[in-house]
Amino acid sequence: MSAQPLLRVTGLRKFFPVRGGLLGRKVADVQAVDGISFEVARGETLGIVGESGCGKSTTARLLIRLVEPDAGEIVFDGLGLGDGLTLSELRRQAQMVFQDSYASLNPRLTVGDSIAFGPRVHGMKAAAARALAQDLLRRVGLDPALFAGRYPHELSGGQRQRVNIARALALSPRLLILDEAVSALDKSVEAQVLNLLGDLKAELGLTYVFISHDLDVVRFMSDRVMVMYLGKVVEIGDVEAIYADPRHPYTAALLSAMPSTDPDRRTEEAPLAGDPPNPIDPPPGCRFHTRCPFAEEPCRRAEPGLNPAGDRRQVACHVNDPSSGHSRAGRQGEAA
Amino acid sequence: MLLYILKRVFYVVPVALGVSLLCFLLVHIAPGDPLVSVLPADASQALVEEMRKAYGFDRPLPVQFAIWLGRALGGDLGTSIASGRPVAGEVMKAVANTFILAMAATLLGFLLGGVLGFVAGYFRDSWIDRVATTLSIVGVSVPHYWLGMVLVILFAVTLNWLPASGAGPGGSSLWAWDWEHVRYLVLPAVTMSVIPMGIVTRTLRALVGDILGQEFVDALRAKGMRDGAIFLHVVKNAAPTALAVMGLQLGYLLGGSILIETVFSWPGTGFLLNAAIFQRDLPLLQGTILVLGIFFVALNLLVDVAQAALDPRIRRG
Amino acid sequence: MAPPPAAATILPPAQRHRGYWAGVGRRLLRDRVAMACAAVLLAILLAALLAPWLGLADPYRGSIARRLRPIGFTTPQGFTHWLGTDEQGRDMLARLVHGARLSLFLGVVPVVNAFVIGSALGILAGYAGGKVNMAIMRTIDVFYAFPSVLLAIAISGALGAGISNSLLSLTIVFVPPIARVAESVTTSVRALDFVDAARASGAGAFTIIRVHVLGNVLGPVFVYATGLVSVAMILASGLSFLGLGTRPPEPEWGLMLNTLRTAIYSQPLVAALPGAMIFVVSICFNLLSDGLRSAMDVKL
Repeated sequence: MSAQPLLRVTGLRKFFPVRGGLLGRKVADVQAVDGISFEVARGETLGIVGESGCGKSTTARLLIRLVEPDAGEIVFDGLGLGDGLTLSELRRQAQMVFQDSYASLNPRLTVGDSIAFGPRVHGMKAAAARALAQDLLRRVGLDPALFAGRYPHELSGGQRQRVNIARALALSPRLLILDEAVSALDKSVEAQVLNLLGDLKAELGLTYVFISHDLDVVRFMSDRVMVMYLGKVVEIGDVEAIYADPRHPYTAALLSAMPSTDPDRRTEEAPLAGDPPNPIDPPPGCRFHTRCPFAEEPCRRAEPGLNPAGDRRQVACHVNDPSSGHSRAGRQGEAA
Repeated sequence: MLLYILKRVFYVVPVALGVSLLCFLLVHIAPGDPLVSVLPADASQALVEEMRKAYGFDRPLPVQFAIWLGRALGGDLGTSIASGRPVAGEVMKAVANTFILAMAATLLGFLLGGVLGFVAGYFRDSWIDRVATTLSIVGVSVPHYWLGMVLVILFAVTLNWLPASGAGPGGSSLWAWDWEHVRYLVLPAVTMSVIPMGIVTRTLRALVGDILGQEFVDALRAKGMRDGAIFLHVVKNAAPTALAVMGLQLGYLLGGSILIETVFSWPGTGFLLNAAIFQRDLPLLQGTILVLGIFFVALNLLVDVAQAALDPRIRRG
Repeated sequence: MAPPPAAATILPPAQRHRGYWAGVGRRLLRDRVAMACAAVLLAILLAALLAPWLGLADPYRGSIARRLRPIGFTTPQGFTHWLGTDEQGRDMLARLVHGARLSLFLGVVPVVNAFVIGSALGILAGYAGGKVNMAIMRTIDVFYAFPSVLLAIAISGALGAGISNSLLSLTIVFVPPIARVAESVTTSVRALDFVDAARASGAGAFTIIRVHVLGNVLGPVFVYATGLVSVAMILASGLSFLGLGTRPPEPEWGLMLNTLRTAIYSQPLVAALPGAMIFVVSICFNLLSDGLRSAMDVKL
């Protein structure tokens, strides 16, 4: 990755205060996203996976500043936010599609007006914005003559999500963040929308950040994948490489929990037991050690760093770090 | 639970303070000098100044408020300009009378409204539902002071069954729980009960309908539970909201009693307020409003706590 | 940005889609009770507006000789007082029709004022959240702590009688409940993704409120406010009844009820008339509001 990435995120962190007690003072933090860093190359799709509550959606919202981060740096196309790049410019270049297709459309506006809203805000004339909305509807496979004047409740879930994609494209962004964008759809409709997303990406030269809890869908869509656990990145790398040979025990557990029809891909490893720990009070050391089959003393003490592990791959696990003192350190790589 | 109560109490303090500030300011938004009604019309400038000092009107407003609040906390609400007696005593006597009336109306209204609302909600779209709905809409729409007059015309003037006004034979102000006195209570209490009756009916009807529409009721039926037992479940689920509505209603009754007490010459807070307004007796007005306002704040607190005791979901919220 | 008539330009007329309000209007028109109430209110309003041209008696001129005459009383001169005369011998019909002007005015205008002020405060508090919300809502809570009747009487009692004072005190009474509803609706709308999507399109708070929040918040708040009109009618007349509202000799239903109080022994039917008017108007407003609520499918 020598070329300049489209998006570089460094040390992004967001804690949500938990208020309580008599005076409503801050008593704790939900450590939603705790110091994550990653890059997204031009034209690629980065998948983000993890259990619910791992910080995927917060990450998405942090990227376009719908949530104010506590710390961290966002560099888009070489320009740092607040350092050559304004917030409104970032938001024009990076758009988002939300999970709930109904809640993300204003029920009082026609879908045509919803799509035209962004361009209107950026000063486009009403007639031009309307024409643009019609063009975009056509692009996402909806006949503008039939759909532009409809209200969201008159559309099916798949149609609404197409409208949401059109709305996100209205400002000609270069990066599209898809936060569980197909998760609420029926399987058949989901496939159609995924194909549409693939076509649009090729046509418009888009870059995607694709967030989902569905590992199959992520594999279908992504070039690289980032695995999150309790607000941390545990593994990141090429999707095929990771799916074939997960290096982090959490990734392995996630993948083994995935139903597979291929007998060769069935693993003997124990699936994940129990729920993730409370993000208000995450375990010390490696956050995964409470559920990890290989947890040892170093895991309880020290937090593993995100270290390179092979080609374009990074893993945050003591097993991967020969200097960690973990008994299996250094053997994992050989085994693979 | 204890933490919840403490939190509520803590939250009530600023509201109570705000309520007292509002009462304090009432006198100051009143047009004209508050001393006008105390002083003779030909009072000399020097006398005015002296009185101003004596009443503390020469100090800055925040200081006046602090002094006034301190006295109020100690039970001193000032002196009535009209009667020259301490406001606190007058208000307390009136509060007792209003309380009798409000309690009677509450009992009557809640009982009737509770039964009507529950039955209407349970048997949606039946004839009894239509009757209850009509009664409730009448209850919330009728100008109660007018209803009072109509009842007087009917039962006092035409039929001569019940006394038209007062709180006891010979205009006595000493209350007793015998028929001689209770006769006087009937008309005002019935008049007053119409409002809570209407609102409780409407609320309970909607509530019971909602609860019956929920899946857990179907689940109970599927488990083979008898109707009587399901009924109990519905009551348990409706109780917190019903309680909240009733608490609010009691407060509104205390406020709304002003008009009804005027119609029936019932010697309660409303009657007192009416007198205070007409004699421009601002200390009396202020004191009465303060006592009623604080009472209402306390009542809300009580309802919140009782609601939390019945519904654990609220405690966590 | 007034919503451009996109549908009209894109769709052939036969396929034009019905917006939310068209649907509400259709449902309301089908509601017989609501329509009957609307008709009654409209008739009273028209009569009130056209009062001087209806050929009624002078509502201010009385006659000592013809005080408290019964319903349908005809003078020797051949003039019929269809609804009798009041305690000063003035024609009740004329006074009731003229009285509708002030009574309706005092019932509706404070709610309209409070709707504007309360919605603004509630939407501001709900959209801004945080400290702004705290400051606004805690202040509102103080006013909300008083039962509405008590608050209205307290303020009117301190300010003194008069129409403008009544207007002011009733407005103050209705701002807090409306602001509370507006705040809670705004807070829930604010949490929906389409507001985030609008923020992501780079729109400012003002534009988002105008295009995305108002349309979703004002409807439910409006329904709530229409339900308050009946309370306002009763309260306004109540203030007049206590002598805190309109001053004599203005015809106003509450005041008429007050001045006719002593007549319940001699002319009970005539004395009950002004109250009956308040009752009819109030019940019509309530039923119309209920109809609107179910037509808009608002749950409050």
